[in-house]
Amino acid sequence: MSTVLKKTRSLEDTKLHYCPGCSHGIVHRLVCEVIDEMEMREQTVGIAPVGCSVFLDAYFDFDIIQAAHGRAPAVATGVKRALPENLVFTYQGDGDLASIGMSEMVHAAARGERITIIFINNTNYGMTGGQMAPTTLEQQVTTTTPAGRDTRLAGFPIQVPELLSSLPGAVYLSRVSAHNPKNINKAKKSIRKAFQAQMDGLGFSLVEILSTCPTNWRMNPVQSIQWLEENMMEIYPLGELKSVEGVS
Amino acid sequence: MAFKGKVTIDREKCKGCGLCVEFCPRGTLELDKKINTQGYNPAVVTDQDNCNACGFCFLVCPDMVVEVEKIKEGSK
Amino acid sequence: MSRVLMKGNDAIGAGAIAANCRYYYGYPITPQNEIGEYMSSEMPKVGGVFIQAESEVAAINMVYGTSATGARVMTSSSGPGISLKMEGISYIAAAELPCVIVNIMRGGPGLGNIAPSQSDYFQATKGGGHGDYRLIVLAPSSVQEIYDFTRQAFYLADKYRIPAIILGDGFLGQMMEVVELADSAKDDEYARIPEKPWAITGCKGREKNIVNTLLIEPDTLEKHNWKLKDKYQQIAENEKRADLYRVDDAEILVAAFGISARISKEAVDMARDEGIKVGLIRPITLWPFPDHVFKNLDSVKGILTVEMNTGQMIEDVRLSVEGKIPVEFYGRTGGNLPDSTAIFEEIKRMGGM
Repeated sequence: MSTVLKKTRSLEDTKLHYCPGCSHGIVHRLVCEVIDEMEMREQTVGIAPVGCSVFLDAYFDFDIIQAAHGRAPAVATGVKRALPENLVFTYQGDGDLASIGMSEMVHAAARGERITIIFINNTNYGMTGGQMAPTTLEQQVTTTTPAGRDTRLAGFPIQVPELLSSLPGAVYLSRVSAHNPKNINKAKKSIRKAFQAQMDGLGFSLVEILSTCPTNWRMNPVQSIQWLEENMMEIYPLGELKSVEGVS
Repeated sequence: MAFKGKVTIDREKCKGCGLCVEFCPRGTLELDKKINTQGYNPAVVTDQDNCNACGFCFLVCPDMVVEVEKIKEGSK
Repeated sequence: MSRVLMKGNDAIGAGAIAANCRYYYGYPITPQNEIGEYMSSEMPKVGGVFIQAESEVAAINMVYGTSATGARVMTSSSGPGISLKMEGISYIAAAELPCVIVNIMRGGPGLGNIAPSQSDYFQATKGGGHGDYRLIVLAPSSVQEIYDFTRQAFYLADKYRIPAIILGDGFLGQMMEVVELADSAKDDEYARIPEKPWAITGCKGREKNIVNTLLIEPDTLEKHNWKLKDKYQQIAENEKRADLYRVDDAEILVAAFGISARISKEAVDMARDEGIKVGLIRPITLWPFPDHVFKNLDSVKGILTVEMNTGQMIEDVRLSVEGKIPVEFYGRTGGNLPDSTAIFEEIKRMGGM
C-alpha cells in the first residue's frame, strides 16, 4: 500500500519562473492543495498582484484576474459582491499590499469583505530588483537603503496582521512561515482556516507568510532560510493574531 | 509503522536550490555535480533505501520537482 | 410610460437601474453626490449592491472586478476623482471589459471649484490614462438625455466590450426636468445583458478564464493593440452621433456640446431672427467624434466653437474641417455660463455685422 506526494490538481504542470529557493513556489502549492482538499477549484477566483507573482495565472488552473498594483482587495471586493458563493482570494507581496495597497487592504478588512488575502512577506520589492518595502527591517540593506534602513529617514517596518487586528470586520489574521517543513505544514493549516472562515461567511481573513528572497537578499537559498529565522521572526512573530469565535 | 520512500526528481525542472538536500534528515539527496540543460546542479537521490518517506523534500521544494511514494514497510 | 420630474444626477441612477445595472461603487465629490445617495437607497430595492468605496481609486478597481464577472456596473465622480481613476480605466479598456463611468464636470484644474464646467473634454476623449485606448464618450444636454444616454451607455459598453463615459456637468447634474422613463414591461434592447463566455465565474464546466492586461512578449502586446484599434475603428464607423439644428443653409455654424449647446441654440435662434444664416452642430458622441458632419460645408464661412473651458473640443472641430474653414472660439470657465447674448454678438461679428 502506498500514497504518493505529488502535484495537486489545481497546480498547472509547468515550469515556474521564480528564482531558485523562492518561497512563492511553496506557497502556490499550499494554496492549491487547500483548494483541492476543499474541492473548491471550480468555484475559486484568484486575484494576482503586480510583483513576482503577477504571472500566477500561468500556474493556477482556475479563474484568475490580474489586478493593478495594490488594488487586489478592491478588485476582490468587486468579484465577491457579484459572486458571493465563490472562494475569492488575493495573493499579494509586501510592496503591493502594505505600500501602495495599504488603503485597499485596510478598507476591505474594515468592511469585513468575505475575501482572503495571502500575503507574502519577504522584506523587499522582489520583481523590481530589491528596493525597500514597508516590511524591510531596520538596518536592512536594500537597493534604496544602500546604507541600511535608517529609521529616522525611512521609518519602521509594518506589522500587518497587528495593524488590522482592531478592525471588527477582520475575523482571522495569522502569520506563518514557509521556511521549513514544520512551518510549511502550519502555514497550510492556516490557509485552510482562512478560506473556511470566508466560506462560512464570517468576514475578512489574511495569512501573512514569511518568505525568502535569495536573489535580492544576495544569499543562496539555504542561507536565506537562516537569515529569515535569525532576523525576521523576532520582528514578525508567528501565530494567530486574531481568530474570532466561529473560525474552525 | 515505518515507511520507506521512493523519491523521484524531475531533473530538468530542478533549479538546484538545495532546500531538499538541506532538510533531508537521512542524507538521501545531494546536488549533482553534472548540470542539467538549464545550467543548474539538480538534486539527485544517492541512496533510495535510506529514505524513510518523511516527505520533507516534497514540502520544501518550490518547483514541484519532487514526488515521494510512501510505501509501508513490509508491503510489496 | 411614466413621466417624472427628476434631478439630472438622479436620472443617471434611474437610467442605470433601467439598464439592469446592479452594482454601483462611488465616492463623494461635488457636484455629483446625489448619484451615490440615489444608488445607496435604490440599489438595495432591486437586489443590487452599493458600496461607498474608500476612494475613487478603490471604486474603479471594484468596477474592474465586478465587470470581469460579467455584471453591469457603474461608477461616478467629478474631474479630480476621474483623474484618480485613470489607471483603473486604462486597465478596464485594456482588458476589454464593459462598464459605465459618469463624470459630472466641475471647475478645474486642481481642486478648482464645485461650479460646472466642460473642461474634462480632453481627459475623456484623448486618454487621461496611459496607453493606446479609447472610451465611448456621450454628452447629454438635458435630463432626458442623461437618462437615455446612461441606458445606452451600458448597451454600447457590452456591445463593444469597452468602457463608456457619460460626460455631464454640474448644471445638468443639478437641474430638474421631466423624464419619460423606459417602460420596464416592454422588451428594452438597452436592458438586455448579452452572454459573456469570457466572464470570471469560477471554471465549472469549462477551461479557466483569465482577465489579464500584462502581455510581456512584444509581438503579443502589439497584436492586442492592433486588435483594440480595429475595434475602435468599428465603433467609429457605426456609432458617431451629432444633432444638427438649422444647418441646411447655414453660412455660420456654432459647434457646442452639452449645456453649451443648449445655450447656443438660443443664440442661433436670436441670430436667425435677425436674418443671419446660422446653424448649430451638437456632437453627441465626443468619441468617436462626429467629424463627418463637418465635411462638405461649402457654404459655411466660419465656425464658432462654444465651450465652458479655454478651448478643447475646438481642436477636434479644426481637425474635422481640415483647414478648409476658419474656426473661432468663445468660452467661459470657472463655473460661469456662456451667455446667449454674448454668443449672439460673436455670431454677428463673424457674419460681418
